[in-house]
Amino acid sequence: MDVELLDIREHMARFPPFDGLSDELLDDVAQHVEVAYFEAGRDILGYDQEVHDLHYIRQGAVEIHRRNGELYNRLGEGDIFGQFSLLRNHRVRYPAKSIEDTLIYFIPESVFHRLCEADDQFADFVELGRARLKAVVEEQHNSNDTMITRVRRLITRTPVMIESSLSAQDAARCMNEENVSAVLVVAPPDDDPQRTFIDREGQPKRLVGILTDLDFRNRVIAEGRSAEIPVGDVVTETLISIQSDESVHEAMLCMLRNNVHHLPVLHRRRPLGLLHLSDIIRYETHSSLYLVSNIFNQTSVKGLADLEPEVRTTFVRMVEAGANSQMVGSALSTIGRSFTRRLLELAEEALGPPPVPYCFMVMGSMARNDQTIVSDQDNALVLDDSYDPERHGDYFAELAKRVCDGLDACGYPYCKGDIMATNSRWRQPLAVWKRYFSDWIDHPNPEHLLHSSIFFDLDSVYGEETFAEQLQDLVADKAAESPAFLAAMARNALNRTPPLGFFRTFVMEKDGKHNNSINLKRRGTAPTIDLIRVHALACGSRAQNPFDRLDDIAKTSLLPSGTGDKIRYALEFIAIVRIRHQVFDIEEERTPDNNIEPRKVSDTERHNLKDAFQVLSNAQKFLKFRYPMPAMSRTR
Amino acid sequence: MILMRRSLPKASSKRPDWLPYLTARVDDARHAGLQRYYSRSLFAPETPIANIPMVALDMETTGLDERRHAIVSIGLVPFDMQRIRLAERRYWVVKPPRPLNRDSVTFHHITHSEIADAPDLREILDELLDALAGRLIVVHYRNIERHFLNTAVNARIGEEFKFPVIDTMELEARLHRRTYLSRLKRRLGGKPVSIRLHNSRGRYGLPAYQSHHAVIDSLATAELLQAQVARHYSLETPLADIWI
Repeated sequence: MDVELLDIREHMARFPPFDGLSDELLDDVAQHVEVAYFEAGRDILGYDQEVHDLHYIRQGAVEIHRRNGELYNRLGEGDIFGQFSLLRNHRVRYPAKSIEDTLIYFIPESVFHRLCEADDQFADFVELGRARLKAVVEEQHNSNDTMITRVRRLITRTPVMIESSLSAQDAARCMNEENVSAVLVVAPPDDDPQRTFIDREGQPKRLVGILTDLDFRNRVIAEGRSAEIPVGDVVTETLISIQSDESVHEAMLCMLRNNVHHLPVLHRRRPLGLLHLSDIIRYETHSSLYLVSNIFNQTSVKGLADLEPEVRTTFVRMVEAGANSQMVGSALSTIGRSFTRRLLELAEEALGPPPVPYCFMVMGSMARNDQTIVSDQDNALVLDDSYDPERHGDYFAELAKRVCDGLDACGYPYCKGDIMATNSRWRQPLAVWKRYFSDWIDHPNPEHLLHSSIFFDLDSVYGEETFAEQLQDLVADKAAESPAFLAAMARNALNRTPPLGFFRTFVMEKDGKHNNSINLKRRGTAPTIDLIRVHALACGSRAQNPFDRLDDIAKTSLLPSGTGDKIRYALEFIAIVRIRHQVFDIEEERTPDNNIEPRKVSDTERHNLKDAFQVLSNAQKFLKFRYPMPAMSRTR
Repeated sequence: MILMRRSLPKASSKRPDWLPYLTARVDDARHAGLQRYYSRSLFAPETPIANIPMVALDMETTGLDERRHAIVSIGLVPFDMQRIRLAERRYWVVKPPRPLNRDSVTFHHITHSEIADAPDLREILDELLDALAGRLIVVHYRNIERHFLNTAVNARIGEEFKFPVIDTMELEARLHRRTYLSRLKRRLGGKPVSIRLHNSRGRYGLPAYQSHHAVIDSLATAELLQAQVARHYSLETPLADIWI
């Protein structure tokens, strides 16, 4: 290394993508730089000019404009430009102008191409935003073990299977001999192909269900049944299972969601094994499992509220272990649901069984399974249509009050917009809810649109799940057929826009103005979720999670090819940055919020965020085009 | 700022007319290297600065008096008003004729053993002259490079080596030392503006290079000239207005 170039080399080594280069490559760059000074206000690159160097800002500031004059980016010390032209046709598409006195280091294209060849990270960085975001998101994905470890790796033996005609006593004897706590019950095949599989002997079998130790206690002895009863009469027929190629993480969530401890693992329809919660606990390091079981062990609201610090610890630990936003979101939603369920159980214990069936429904992030540590409650009660306000009103009002107060005590503050079961408007029989939803879709005025964007992410947490499912079905079926509603929702989804990016220690807006901080929910995740919802409604998706919705959207031609993936990477990236900054807040003993301060954003993060904002901005523009206002039908 | 621009002095009447000297030297230089240098460095005084190939030059010496002290390193960087061609930089360490007093002199990045092993200037003179030929020399504080080179060349080949330069320090002095306003300020007790390389660069938003290697100081000088021309002159400014 030529000692005289140290100054240049060391400067570059502080900034991405050069910070990741080997010493040898960095030497190569420093050896070949050329230099020029540009006074403030001078054109550095003019439109369509030929360009053969990567431009590195050693000092000063540069603005990049679109051809129509719109600001595209503002760059400062350590930033690069010109790479897109070098990768395309060596013509400048976006002109560059110095806005301060600026010193540029030119890196010749031959060196640039060498770097792209020799260093994947460099190549990813300088290529288009999509590739860069994709690389970042996937790298993070790969770094997390549980997310990619498939559940079949945890299987240690083939499941014990018994015929449904076997007596309970023989079944218990068999389980004792095999030393297992659960078995699968099989029967001769019937008309249901969903449960039919070919066993090891080549015989077609039907998987009836799973029988566990607990079933002998609860369903045989407690109910005074004979030990001779066939297990087919005892076994639960609802079968919660998981496919063998799902992740360990997914298996864990499945158990938590359904509150079961055994999970049959299937390859298509053939059982491969039986997983017990302890198998996962042995594998999982984070404590969300313990936390959830702890929640269900509490016998008072006070006890539940005392668990709040543990929720934070779990959150911090997951993020530090490299979980992605989906894993964190699922885990926190599962925890939130567990609190809600336990509060309902406690309320029912105190108030007695409900006079009519009901479904406790959640909206927003808990319904979407993308909750973070900063989350208000959004919930409602859907009551059976036999509900009589005179006779049953007090019960449900009190039930709602206990749950909402309890949630507030547990760290889920009251909803500022009063979207809670305590509001009588949101504590109604199913038929009324159906009327609400239909009315909102048919008459998309501002208030209805606001409600739609809250309530159309909905899920059941407790009680009659089918009530919530019927509402999900109604939305999925009706919205897709209502172009005026979709167009209105699309416009509504454009209310919140992303900033352009960052400049030094400021957030830069599209009009060139600067701000000191940015609310990453308002300006990032929420508008992305909003626009995904519109496409999901348009294609009749029943999914609630934005990533699942993107899967459904991908099966249609609503989005140009590749766009769905871009949005997915952008959402994942913005979401994880928001989550990481909440962890910073917690670690610095501040109340976590959705704001991030640009000075705390790393250089790499700011480049990737800028890309993500760009994806969001483009997706918003496309939304308007995809769902135009239908022409008003003329009346004579 | 505007005041300064307006009060910028026009080319001084004392500014030497280099053309007759350069023309004469094309004919009378005897040393082959010098002859190549002069025959390629005949710049017409009216040439706009934008059309002049230049070379920034910096050297480290054992002291400030060319009669007692000697050159130990020479760095240069070719450039013009568009680009500074750092990749074409040249650098030599040379051995002073007299041995160094080890305790009194320290150099940036150069060890005493490196100097002991270095060639005499005579051995690199042709290379140096060829690197300078066809380019106008740009320095920050001309009295070092000009006097030391002339003395050293004279001592080795018995011929004088004089050349026009653009002196970025002199350009700064014109702005800050010789204007009516700056004289007035000084009379009123103000501190004179520093026209050292580092301080001058700061006024143009140029970065502070840590190193004082002769190549980096040459680079720093080239950047400074680009900035001075951008701010106070123009690409059409004739050579006659700024060389000295």
